[in-house]
Amino acid sequence: MAAAEGSGDGGPLFAGLADVSISGDIPVEGEITVPVGSRSPDEDYSTLDEPVKDTIMRDLKAVGKKFVHVMYPKKSSALLRDWDLWGPLVLCVSLALMLQGGSADSKDDGGPQFAEVFVIIWFGAVVITLNSKLLGGTISFFQSLCVLGYCIMPLTVAMLVCRLVLLAGSGTISFIIRLIVVVAMFGWSTLASTAFLADSQPPNRKGLVVYPIFLFYFVISWMILTFTPQ
Amino acid sequence: MRGFAAPGERGLPPPAGPGSLSLSLPLSPPQRIPPPRRLVVPPPLLTPPALRHTQDGGTAHPPDALPRESGRLSAANVTSGCCGAGKRLRPARRGAGTGTMSAAAAGGSSRSGTAGDWGGFEDNMQGGGSAVIDMENMDDTSGSSFEDMGEMHQRMKEEEEEEGEAGAAEEEDGEFLGMKGLRGQLGRQVADQMWQVGKRQATRAFSLYANIDILRPYFDVEPIQVRARLMESMIPVKMINFPQKIAGELYGPLMLVFTLVAILLHGMKTSDTIIREGTLMGTAIGTCFGYWLGVSSFIYFLAYLCNAQITMVQMLSLLGYGLFGHCITLFVTYNIHFHSLFYIFWLGVGGLSTLRMVAVLVSRTVGHTQRLILCGTLAALHMLFLLYLHFAYHKVVEGILDTLEGPNMPPFQRVARDIPVVSNAVLNTTAKAIALTL
Repeated sequence: MAAAEGSGDGGPLFAGLADVSISGDIPVEGEITVPVGSRSPDEDYSTLDEPVKDTIMRDLKAVGKKFVHVMYPKKSSALLRDWDLWGPLVLCVSLALMLQGGSADSKDDGGPQFAEVFVIIWFGAVVITLNSKLLGGTISFFQSLCVLGYCIMPLTVAMLVCRLVLLAGSGTISFIIRLIVVVAMFGWSTLASTAFLADSQPPNRKGLVVYPIFLFYFVISWMILTFTPQ
Repeated sequence: MRGFAAPGERGLPPPAGPGSLSLSLPLSPPQRIPPPRRLVVPPPLLTPPALRHTQDGGTAHPPDALPRESGRLSAANVTSGCCGAGKRLRPARRGAGTGTMSAAAAGGSSRSGTAGDWGGFEDNMQGGGSAVIDMENMDDTSGSSFEDMGEMHQRMKEEEEEEGEAGAAEEEDGEFLGMKGLRGQLGRQVADQMWQVGKRQATRAFSLYANIDILRPYFDVEPIQVRARLMESMIPVKMINFPQKIAGELYGPLMLVFTLVAILLHGMKTSDTIIREGTLMGTAIGTCFGYWLGVSSFIYFLAYLCNAQITMVQMLSLLGYGLFGHCITLFVTYNIHFHSLFYIFWLGVGGLSTLRMVAVLVSRTVGHTQRLILCGTLAALHMLFLLYLHFAYHKVVEGILDTLEGPNMPPFQRVARDIPVVSNAVLNTTAKAIALTL
C-alpha cells in the first residue's frame, strides 16, 4: 500500500522521465563523484612526510575512540563509518593468549587452544556477516566484522577478571563471581553489537540477525567461564 | 528441478536490491554495444562495412566465410584484417546462423533471439557484476582470451607500424636508443594489455563464484515463519497420500546446526571430554555439519534411486529442522544427568521429529519397497545420531543406573570438570526428587 502511494505521489514528479530517450548519436558519458567527508583532510596533504609518531597516534586515537563507543553503546555511526580491524585483532589475540593453557590435559592441548579461539572468533564473525547480508542488510562486510570484533571487548575484560579471581582460588565463591561477571559482560557485548548492527536490517528481521550474534558471544563466554588454569 | 529462477538469470537486469545501483538506459548507440558473450571491442576493430548486419536473410556471407573459419580462430585471421568477420562468424557455428552476424554493427542485432539470450552485456550494465549469473558465458572463456590475444596482436602490429615510423625518424640519434625506446614502449603496451585481459578474466570469475546472491533466495524468511516451521517439525503429518510441501529455506537449518554445535560444546566441556587429535570446537563443528550435509546427500541419493520427489535444498531443510528435536533433547539431558530421562526424550522428542520427516518422505514416494528403504534409513540414522551424541560426547564415569528403581536409588557418581559440586548436587537432587514423586 505504501509503495503504491509512493509511486502515485512520485508520478507527477517523475513523469517527464518516462518519455526521455537517448538518440543514437549522443554518447552517454559522465562522472559520478561521491564526496567522502572523513577522508578529505588526509588527501589535502601527504601523510608520508609526517613523523611516525603522528601516524601511530592518529591510528591509536581512532582505535581508542571506538573502544569508548563500545563502552557506552549509543547509536552513533562513527564505528561503522571508519572501520578498522586493529582493535579486533588486538582483542582477539589477547583473548586467545589468555585462554591458552587452560585445559584438563595441558600436555597436548596448549597449542590448539590459541588457534581454536582465533578461528572461532573470525569464522564466527564471517558467518554472522554473511547471514546479515543474506537477510537483506545494508552494512558492508568489513564494517560488520569491525563491529563484532570491537564488541568482544567486554568479554576480554571478563577474561581478565576471571583470571585474577582464579589467582585467588577456585572455589564456589569464585565460580559464582565469575559466572556473574561473564554473564553481565556477555549481555553487554550482545547489546552493544545489536545496537550497531540491528539498524542496518529491515525492521521485522532484527530477531533473525540477533540470534547468531547471541550464539557467537555465548560460545565465547562459555569458553571463558570454563577456563581453568594449570 | 528448481522451482524458481534466481534474479538476474537469463540476462535480465539485476533487481535493485539495497546498495545496488541499476540504471536501465536503452543501449542505443551502436558503437557501444559489445557483441554477445564477448568483451568490449574497440570501434576500429569492428566489422568492416562489407560484412555488416546480415541479420535478415544473411545467407550470402556466412556460407562463404564459414569454410574459412572452420572451427578455429587464429591470430592470422585477425591480422588479415577480417578480424571482425572472424569473430562474428565463429558464433555462427553454434547453430544460430543469422542472428549472430551483426553483433557489433547494428544495435538491432543484439535484440535477435539468440544473441539476446546470451546476455553478454555485462560490461555495459550497471551493477552487472553483483547479481547477474552469466552461466552462458563461462564456456567461452577459452576462446575469448584467445580473441583478445588476437586483438592485442592486431593492436601491437598497428603500434609497431606507428612506432616503426617514429623510430625511423629518430634513427639518426643513435639507433640503439631508438630500438630500445621502441621495445620499451611496446613492452609496456603488451604488459598493459595482458593486465587488462587478466583483470577482466579475474573479475568475471570472481563475480561468478564469490557471488553470495546465489544464496539470497534461501534466506528470505520472517521470524514468524521460522517459529512456525520449528513447531511444525515436531508434529507428524497425517496425510501421506498427498505430497507434503517442504519449505526450501536454509536459515532455520543453519541456525539449528550452529545451536547444536553450541550445545555439544557445552556438553563436552562439562563432561571432561579430551580430544587428542584436534580441538573441541573443530570436532563439534565437524560432527554437526558433517551429519547435516552428509546424511542429507546420502538420503537425497537414495531418494533419487527410489524415485522420490524431493530436491537437495528441500532435503537439507527437512533434515535441518529435524535437528530441532536433537537440540531440545541434548540441551535438557546435558544439564540434568538422568539416564532414563534421556531415553524418554530420545523416544519421545526424537521419535516425533523422525516421524515427521518420515511422513513427509513417505508422502513423496511411491511404492512400498522404496518407502521402506528410504524411511528406514532416515529413521535409523536420525535416532542413532542422537544416541551417539549423547554417549560419545557426554562420558559418564561410573555408577550409572539407567532405569528407575524407586526410593533406593544410589547416588550418581560423576566427575564434572569445572562445575563445582554444589550446583551439580543441587541439580541431581532436584531430579531425584521429581523422579521420586512420580
